[in-house]
This record gives sequence, structure tokens and C-alpha cells, in this order.
Amino acid sequence: MTSPAREYTSVVRVAGPLMAVSGVGDATYGEVVEIRLPDGEKRMGEVLESRSDLAIVQVFGGTQALDTEITSVRFTGYPMRMVVSPDIIGRVFDGSGAPTDGGGPVIPGTVMDIAGSAVNPTARAYPEDCIETGISAIDGMNTLVRGQKLPIFSGAGLPHSMLAAQIARQARVLRDHEEFAIVFGAMGITNEDAQFFLDEFGDTGALEHAVLFINRADDPAIERIITPRLALTTAEYLAFDRGMHVLVILQDITSYCEALREVSAARDEVPARRGYPGYMYTDLASIFERAGRIYGRDGSITQLPIISMPDDDITHPVPDLTGYITEGQIVLSRDLHRRGIYPPIDVLPSLSRLMAGGIGENKTRKDHGAVSDQLYAAYAKGRRLESLVTVIGDEGLSESDRRYLTFATRFEREYIGQGRAGGRTITESLDAAWDLLSLFPEEELNRIPTDLIETYRGGESE
Amino acid sequence: MTGRIIRIAGPVVEADRMRGALMYEVVHVGGGALIGEVIGLSEDVATIQVYEDTTGLAPGEPVERTGAPLSVELGPGLLGMVYDGIQRPLQVIREEMGVFIVRGASFPALDRKRTYIFTPEAAPGAAATPGTVIGTVQEGRFTHSVLIPHGMEGTIASVAGAGEYTVTEEIATILSTDGKELPVTMLRRWPVRVTRPVAEKLKPGAPLITGQRVIDSFFPIVKGGTAAVPGPFGAGKTVVQHQLAKWSDADIIVYVGCGERGNELADVLRQFPALTDPKSGEPLMERTVLIGNTSNMPVAAREASVYTGITIAEYYRDMGYDVALMADSTSRWAEAMREISGRLEEMPGEHGYPAYLASRLACFYERAGHVRVLGPSGKAGSVSVIGAVSPPGGDFSEPVTQNTLRVVRVFWALDADLAHERHFPAVNWLTSYSLYPDAVERWWNEHVGDQWGEMRRSMMAILQKESELEEIVQLVGPDVLPEDDKLSLHIAEYIRESFLVQYAFDPVDTFCAPDKQYMMMQLITDYACYGKAAVAGGMQVSVIAALSVAKRLLRLGAIPDADFREYFEETERRMKDAFQNPGGEST
Repeated sequence: MTSPAREYTSVVRVAGPLMAVSGVGDATYGEVVEIRLPDGEKRMGEVLESRSDLAIVQVFGGTQALDTEITSVRFTGYPMRMVVSPDIIGRVFDGSGAPTDGGGPVIPGTVMDIAGSAVNPTARAYPEDCIETGISAIDGMNTLVRGQKLPIFSGAGLPHSMLAAQIARQARVLRDHEEFAIVFGAMGITNEDAQFFLDEFGDTGALEHAVLFINRADDPAIERIITPRLALTTAEYLAFDRGMHVLVILQDITSYCEALREVSAARDEVPARRGYPGYMYTDLASIFERAGRIYGRDGSITQLPIISMPDDDITHPVPDLTGYITEGQIVLSRDLHRRGIYPPIDVLPSLSRLMAGGIGENKTRKDHGAVSDQLYAAYAKGRRLESLVTVIGDEGLSESDRRYLTFATRFEREYIGQGRAGGRTITESLDAAWDLLSLFPEEELNRIPTDLIETYRGGESE
Repeated sequence: MTGRIIRIAGPVVEADRMRGALMYEVVHVGGGALIGEVIGLSEDVATIQVYEDTTGLAPGEPVERTGAPLSVELGPGLLGMVYDGIQRPLQVIREEMGVFIVRGASFPALDRKRTYIFTPEAAPGAAATPGTVIGTVQEGRFTHSVLIPHGMEGTIASVAGAGEYTVTEEIATILSTDGKELPVTMLRRWPVRVTRPVAEKLKPGAPLITGQRVIDSFFPIVKGGTAAVPGPFGAGKTVVQHQLAKWSDADIIVYVGCGERGNELADVLRQFPALTDPKSGEPLMERTVLIGNTSNMPVAAREASVYTGITIAEYYRDMGYDVALMADSTSRWAEAMREISGRLEEMPGEHGYPAYLASRLACFYERAGHVRVLGPSGKAGSVSVIGAVSPPGGDFSEPVTQNTLRVVRVFWALDADLAHERHFPAVNWLTSYSLYPDAVERWWNEHVGDQWGEMRRSMMAILQKESELEEIVQLVGPDVLPEDDKLSLHIAEYIRESFLVQYAFDPVDTFCAPDKQYMMMQLITDYACYGKAAVAGGMQVSVIAALSVAKRLLRLGAIPDADFREYFEETERRMKDAFQNPGGEST
């Protein structure tokens, strides 16, 4: 890693996002290169493969206008790094870390390797501080905790940006007023989406606590490979060096994976599913696993990645692999959205794996877990009956079955569809749940212990 | 013994001047001495998979050979430890190097300074064959037998006296058959990819009691058996694995977190020291070895982690213990193989997996078993293997699931729909199977009660019936069903809601002892019997369902074991009354 900078003009091959430089005997794996184009423009690249006589480099700015004669390549001797300092808060950058807010470069502070290092799993503190988002479908049934990675699985045309912005605006930790920050990493989002977030953060004053890295849809696709890493390196600095609680929003992971696929295809690698590389799981893990808490450090990183599912297909490799790495998922439903329900969260496939540790007595409320289970069971039954009714009509249904139908309808409209304005506290969400559960006689509330039914039924709180 | 790097591509490195290197030999790569393993040879070029991040390596850097295959250290002190995929002690690394994993870390797996009180058992002059007990040390509550290592044969020349020794001190010498004096220490090494030998494989024995009703009573596994838990994400694979690690009645647990989440390991580390083993009352951590190679740790070490785990499991089995190994998830292991294979530009098989996927999976599961161990003791020991499988898109037809099903004998199919309803454990009762019930039925008959097999079959038949009736209901609605079919649906609901649903996070319900499981089955089957007779006598199912005694069959799981027999007897009595005299039921 100590090899000094060396410059070559021996580009021998350019293909897709990659170029090969010959005669380089000592390029280190992962080393950053600076490329000077014939017209004087500079781009960045990274060594993907190094051989005794050849280095293969992925070019982040794209390979258009490169040539095999004049283009010069400077090997820096370092892996990809960025400069971070407390002044980074409130700044806006492009997808490769160049300021776009007219504010000049970040005042030198700490230099960090953007690939990060794996946290020793024995040093991880288990996340168990519940974050109140104000959204009943999340707080009541899929509770988010500090240090969790909880993606939003969405589709084209669904209001995931609005939901993410709303969470960023409303999120707070119960009984706590510590410093927080938002880091937003955008990969391949449209200008309008980018503007939406800029306006949203600007209007609510959140920009003062935020750092934005924006790679737009018309920016170079390969740059998307570094954007989330810049965002997470910033987040790690703020969380683990500065002790802040950081919420990282990454949109859209699907665009990121497409950039990964482009590089893989250019290297003629054996693809796994749908042309995505076999190492995509490992690669995504190197992003998502950078959420968490660490013993002895004050801060935390909570990730809210947004994944747009092509054709709303949850089995598509991107949402599929994501679901295996993240600690649950919030799934948006086109059907609920069409019926005007906001937020259109389909709770059945949604899940928060860290919920159990963040709720209950002394944290939220004693009945929280049982109420959530009961809502799930009742809603699942109601939905099953709905599909039955569409086939056979409702004449044959028992009184009890009808209660489940009523419940499912009211649950979607009143509990999930809380509307855009404001949020509910966790207590309000739980009370709203009891309101609906009071449709049922006690013996049908079989997921809730009897003593909790006695205490909480009827909607009264502690 | 020194080669030179000529190519680096992710975790795969090629080096020349390596003539004479062995397949699967461990090498130290580059100036930072990263640990790697030779996985291909061609002329003087060796292909090496590196167990650490290769960023910063350059062609021309040295590759040092070690002459030995990838091995683990075995000896007292393994229990309670947390290792990475190649047995580096993560707690020690954290203490010495901080919270982030630094490359090139090298610490011995077993503490060299700690001493153990050794009690000699063998006498000088006695025959020495592999597996003979030289002496014992106490490792927590376990008697850790120090055995004559494999490959040593002859007579015992000397044995150290009782006293405190470290793992590297000599505790015996063996005079080998060819006249050499061989020192023996408590510490020994074993190549992870080689199965440790046994005297013979035995037939499956007693059930591995897990305290999980759907497993113990419906789809049981035996000590020395193999099981697969496939399921889409969110179906609860990890919770099932954690439950087995917590409550199964094996002596020792080896838990391999292979390419999974860092927070899951943190969860185990948070919970296990605080939980007690139902068998001994001691903290669970004291019977557990954790191998944690999370998804963001190097991929090649993930490939090695399952072998590291099973070798440690075999080591304790060789002392006569029942060991259970959980591997979560074997799909990540298979994907690591695929990734390495892809970098080697091997011709891919199905879904890009290497053609040797099936044989690697089979070899791994075949290391499980109920065996008679080597040595004069003739003891039995076992290694049970429970592997989680993470099929892409939840599609069980993919190669890892299918190749696993060809070798395992128990299949717990986790079902996304059940998980969505929060029916946990989300084991689908129609598609799951176990090939051990006959072996297990004898155990239940002897230890719990002789109705187990019959009750199990009748409950499963009712669930089967329910799924057939559901199809009819989908077409014509529930009201046209005859009363006895309605009763089947009613009973099936009780089986699902009262018996199969089990709350892992409820302090009582998390573990259900076999006799409580048996009584629960009895309550439900008796209710079904009474119900059947009553329906035959003209009673409506809606009337039966309204009986107050029916409500006593709900929430059975939450009743503490100590109170359960009384509750059971009282409920049986009321059930009898209620059905004999439906009008005059007292509540």
C-alpha cells in the first residue's frame, strides 16, 4: 500500500465501464486511479483485477471519450478514500463526493477508507431502542429500532419517497433528545425525486442535520457503486466518531445493483440469477451490515434503504437478497395505493426482526407484542375471507366470519390508512389497535394473554 | 517455500514459483501475511482463496507456504468461545485490536496461558490406541477427556501427574510401535476438511428433544440425525435455529452463523450467557461454541466456517457427548463456493453453482451421525446437524434446497403465508416430513406415554383433512359442509392455534417439555373424540364450540410446566362432564 503514485499511458483496451492498462506490474487490488482524458478532463477509477503485466480498472465517470493513445492513468497507491469533518453536515454532494451546493470542498478533517471495515460481531451492541416514526403500520406492528436496517420494498409509482421523507421528519426515540443526523445517498434517482428530497429537507429545516450524496438518473451509472459507500462512511464518522444517531436513506438499491451487474457483465463473469453477479449477496451485505451500534460508542446507524421491485416482484434478486440481509422489510402495496390508502403498507409480508427487543414493558407498552400478533392473525384471516367472498358471496358466512371481514376493512382504512398529516404516538397506535380488536369477543383474541385483555381492552391506556 | 503473486481478483489470488505446494495447503499471502488456502494447481502456478480482504495486495508480493492443510485447534477451552470462520477468537481480537476487524490478525484459538487441572487415568505401560483416555480435565461442567490422538499407536510411556497444565504442556509420552517417543499435549490440530474417524456408525437413537412441539411431536429429529430448515426470508429460520441451540437436549452446541447478520450473533451473545440450560441449570453459553462469519466478513472464510464448526463438533463427540450443530445458513456457504468457483472460471452447473455442490453438501451432512467412538471405552456419541437453507425467492426447487433434501432425513419447510399470519414456528405441517418417527415412537412409549404415535397420526390426519375441506369451502362455502366435517375444521383450528403455534419469546412457552406436549396432545385428541361422539348423537358443532371447557384448550402453551398436570386433569374432568351433560355445564 505504500507504493508511490505512478503514471501510465498504456491503456490497451476499453470495454463498457472497464479499461485495461498494460505494463503495470504493481497495481494494488482496490487502488484508486486518476484518469486524464485527451481533452484534459479527469475521472476516477478503481483497480478490479491486478496482474503482473496488466491492471483492469473500472472507471466511475464512465468510459466515453477515453482513448488508447493519449489517455493517461495515475495509480495513486491508495484505496478509495474521502475526507470527513464536522462541517460535512448540511452539505450536498454529487454521487462521487464532489460538492454541488457551491460551498467548496470539505475542510480537511479525517481521511477515511470508503470500503469501511467489518465490525467485529462480538463488539456489536444489540439494537433495542425503539424509534417512533409516527406511522402505525410501522410502530405498532413492525417497530423500527436504532441500529436496524429496515428497507422499504416498493415499486414504480408508489409513494416510497414520501414515506421515507415522512419517517426522516417524524422519527424520534422515546425519552431521548440526543444529537441526530440524516445521511441521504441517492443512486440513479430522477431529478424530480432529488428535488423533492432537497425541498422536503429544506422546508422542514432538516437540511441543517443532513448530508446528501446525489447521483441522478443521468449521471454515470458506475458512479453508483461508490455513492452508498460515501454515504455510509459519512454516517460511520458521524455515528462512531462524533456520537450522533444517524438515519441513512439509500435510494434506490435496484439502480445500484444494476451498476454492479454492468461491471460484472463487462468482465464476462458467470452470472447467477437474471444476470446479476454471484457475489451480489456479499456486496450488498458490505453496505447493509454497516448499520448498527457498537459497544462503548454513543452513536448508531439506522438504515432505511429503498428498493424498487421490478414488476412488483418480491422474488426478484434485488429485493430477495436484500431481505436475507436486512432485519425485516416494509412492503408497499399497489392495491392499497390504488384504493387511496396512505401509507400503503402491506403489513402481511412486512416484518421487523428487531421488534421483539425494542418493545414491551419499560420500553413501549406491555401489550405491544401480543396486540401486534393479534392484528396480524385477524387481518390475515380477514383477507382470506375476502378472497373467499369474491368466489362464493357472503351468504354462507358465520357471524364470526363477518366480524373478520369488517375488521379487515376498518383495519386498512383506519389503522393503516392514517393519512399524510402528522403521526401517531406509539400509545395512540396501540389504542387504535384495541379500538379495532374490540370488535371481537374475548375468546377470539387468542394471541393475547387474558390479563392483558383485561387491562387494555376498551382502549384505555396505562 | 516462497512464491510470488501474479494476479489478484477479489478473494482469489494466483501465485507462481509454487511448484510442490499441496492442494488445500494453508499459505500466508503478501506482506501482511493474510491467510489463504491453495485451491488449484497448474504447473508452478497456485490458485489461492484468501480468507481476508485482499485490498492493497500487489503482484510481486510474497506467498509463504506452511506445509499444512487448513486445521483447527482442539483442546479444552473451546466452549464459550466465539470464533470467525477460520477459528480466530473474535473476543480476543476485539480486546487486542478494537471494534473493527483488522486484516492479518493472528491469535491462537486456545488460550496458551490458561491452566486446567489434569487428572491422569491411563497408566504407563498400557496399550495406546487412538481414542484411549489418557486423563481428564474439567471444562466448566463437562469432563473433557484427553484422548490419544489419531495416528498414534504403541504403548503409553509416561503420564503426567495430577496437577495444573496449560494446553501446550506435555501430559504424556507415547512409545510408538516403531520405537519413537511421541509427546502428547492437550492441544492438537485437525484438518477441517477431513472427517474424524469413528469405530462404527450406529442406528439412530433417542430423539433430540427440542422443546418445540411441531418438531418433537410432529417432525422429530434424533440425536445424530440431519435436518434442513428451508424458508424464504422472514419465515423464521434463524429463530428456529436459535430455539434449537437454546433448548435442545444435546450436551454441546456448535452454532455456525455462516454469512448471516452481525446483529443475530450479537443477539446470541446477549441472550445465551443469561439463559440457563434446562438440562443442567448452567448458563447456556458454557455448552456452546459460536462460529460467526457474518455476511460482511470475507467470503472464503465463510466457506471454511461450516467445516470449522463440524470438526469441533466431532471432537466433543469423540469423548462420548451428544453434540448438535446448527448451520445458518448453508445457502451462504454454497454461494461462497459459487463465488470462488466463478472467480476460478470453472464451468458452472445449475444456477451458476459449481458442479460439485451436491457432493460437498452430501459430504458435510454425512459427518453427522450416531456413532461408537474410537478407543477402548466403546462409548456412543453423536453429532446432529441442522442446516438452514435460504432459497432465492422462497423457491424450493433451487439447487441448494434440492441437493440438501437428498441427504437429510428431516425437512422442516417454513412457509411465508404462515409467517405472515404470525403463525410461528412457521413449519408447514403438510409439506414437512421426518423419517425418524418410528425410531422416536419407542422412546415416547418408554419415557412419556404409549399413545404418542396414535395421537400424532390422528392429529396429522385431521390437518390433512382440513386442507382437503378448505378446497371445498373455497368453491361452495362453509355452510354446506356436514357437521362431522365442520368438526374436523374446528379441531384442526385447535391443533394449529393451541398446539402448533408456539411463542419463542414467551418465557414459559419457549420450551415445552415432552410430558407437557403429550398432555396437550391428549387434551386435543380427547376433545376431538368427545366431539365426534356428540356430533354422531346430533349435537351441532357450534354448540360444542360454545362450551366453556373448549376455551380451556386455548393458550395452553403459556401455562407453566409445574401447574400443567393439575390443569390437565381438571380440564379432562370438565370435558367429561360437559359432554355427558351439555345443558348443565358448570363454568
